[in-house]
Amino acid sequence: MQIYLPIAEMSVNALLLLGLGGGVGFLSGMFGVGGGFLMTPLLIFHGIPPAVAVATEANQVVAASVSGALAHWRRRNVDAKMGVVLLVGGLFGSSLGVWLFTILRDIGQIDFVISISYVLFLGVVGGLMVIESARAWIRSRKTSAARRKLHQHTWMHGLPFKMRFRTSKLYISALLPLAIGIFVGILAAIMGVGGGFVMVPAMIYLLGMPTSVVVGTSLFQIVFVTANVTLLQAINNQTVDIVLALLLLVGGVIGAQLGAIFSARLKGEQLRVLLGLIVLVVCGGVAYNLIAVPADPFSLAGIGSAR
Amino acid sequence: MRRTAQAMAAVIFSVGANSSPAASQGSDALIADLSSREIAITTGFAGTALLLFGTVDDAGDIVVVVRGPKRREIVRRKQRVAGVWVTGQSVAFDDVPAFYFLASTRPLNDIAAAAVFAPKRIGANNLRIVPVSRADVGRTGFRRALLRNKARNGLYSENQGAVKVKGGRLFRTRVFFPSNVPTGNYAAEVYLLRNGVIIGDQSTPLVVRKVGLEANIFQFAHQHSILYGIIAIVIALGAGWLAGVVFRKA
Repeated sequence: MQIYLPIAEMSVNALLLLGLGGGVGFLSGMFGVGGGFLMTPLLIFHGIPPAVAVATEANQVVAASVSGALAHWRRRNVDAKMGVVLLVGGLFGSSLGVWLFTILRDIGQIDFVISISYVLFLGVVGGLMVIESARAWIRSRKTSAARRKLHQHTWMHGLPFKMRFRTSKLYISALLPLAIGIFVGILAAIMGVGGGFVMVPAMIYLLGMPTSVVVGTSLFQIVFVTANVTLLQAINNQTVDIVLALLLLVGGVIGAQLGAIFSARLKGEQLRVLLGLIVLVVCGGVAYNLIAVPADPFSLAGIGSAR
Repeated sequence: MRRTAQAMAAVIFSVGANSSPAASQGSDALIADLSSREIAITTGFAGTALLLFGTVDDAGDIVVVVRGPKRREIVRRKQRVAGVWVTGQSVAFDDVPAFYFLASTRPLNDIAAAAVFAPKRIGANNLRIVPVSRADVGRTGFRRALLRNKARNGLYSENQGAVKVKGGRLFRTRVFFPSNVPTGNYAAEVYLLRNGVIIGDQSTPLVVRKVGLEANIFQFAHQHSILYGIIAIVIALGAGWLAGVVFRKA
């Protein structure tokens, strides 16, 4: 069943996109991630103009993360104060990111920047996930592993503007979550992702937040940041395709719920290794397109490009 | 009423009788039309084909050219930097037809000399595609790349031998429009050639436009972009929330 996308100005197979949304949604529900990092490259591989893919995916991530965020909020798994500080950084960062996006688009480098960002971040995050989970798996066999110290004092604890985060039991400088928020906001705007795959490790390892509130707080922040990206992309570039977003989110929200049910059957370490491998495969796919000799080195500037 | 109609008919017929047979527009030597003057892009649009048909007064060669609206196109070349392919130089062209379709009874070379087709911009090599910057005029690789990419996207095509003639008088051909056909005003030009000379031509306008929901969404996104963005967010929030509620109960 073909359906014409009014903004992307192309005809796509609606069932294929529903399936794509469902598949990625299933994985995102299973692993508790937004799924943007999988969906955006898949859309680009499918021929959707990158500018449209990134902007529309930000819109879809709003839908993908809101039900999770609400569920965590009800269970009081959200550090609202931390979330707001991250959000202030995130709103600033994503606005900066959309502005950068527009400039890069005008000089014709946005496709390259999207690809290289994917290779770098997916490569690093996927690699770390696989190594970390492999280590955890080995450690679980040898019981005599040394326990991590509860308090490690580093240069980060010397920063000014200290703030008390009661839910996370932390007393740290507000500059840290602010900086993380800005950084993830820029990524969200340029890569069309929620940024959970960067924010969650940053919250655990850099901020030292308890894992129980990390996912809820991350989702809380992602809802608002991706909403901001959607709005700014719609205003600046008119690249949000509502029809495409609807197709993806119908499949996505259903798939996510099924994935969440299925994830209860797998162990934490297995899940993380699996997710790490998927991340690396996507990274490899994007990297191949950057390195391989293109069939035609010449191309036409498409939709969302400078006129 | 009837009298005025008769008077009008008389005027029309007298004009028709007075026009010389060699007149270029709608001459007696050549009459052609399209099966539709409008292509409507609707939700289910997946490309379409129109029938272009007509009659000629005597045997000859027919060349059909359908041109889309003119627009600026930017051709970019990737180059390898430190092992990865980066966008390098680019050349902008003005007045590029967004769509170009050619069909003819025989290969153009067999019909007439190149000098006959050049002034009418018939044939991909005769399209007037001029770089915006004078400095880029000599870079023919970019011009060739433009034609090649357009052909790959299904927007430029040449179909020599695709115009079928019946009994030496009736001709027809199908004009294909892919799903990514650009919107705007088109023109379907039909040329009749005999002994290597153009002896008749006719141009029929054609409109490609988005209609219904597709058109409304596109216009809304461009004219009320703030509201459009807000609606997109509200839809996403609603869908996510709804899914959570439904599955919690299930």
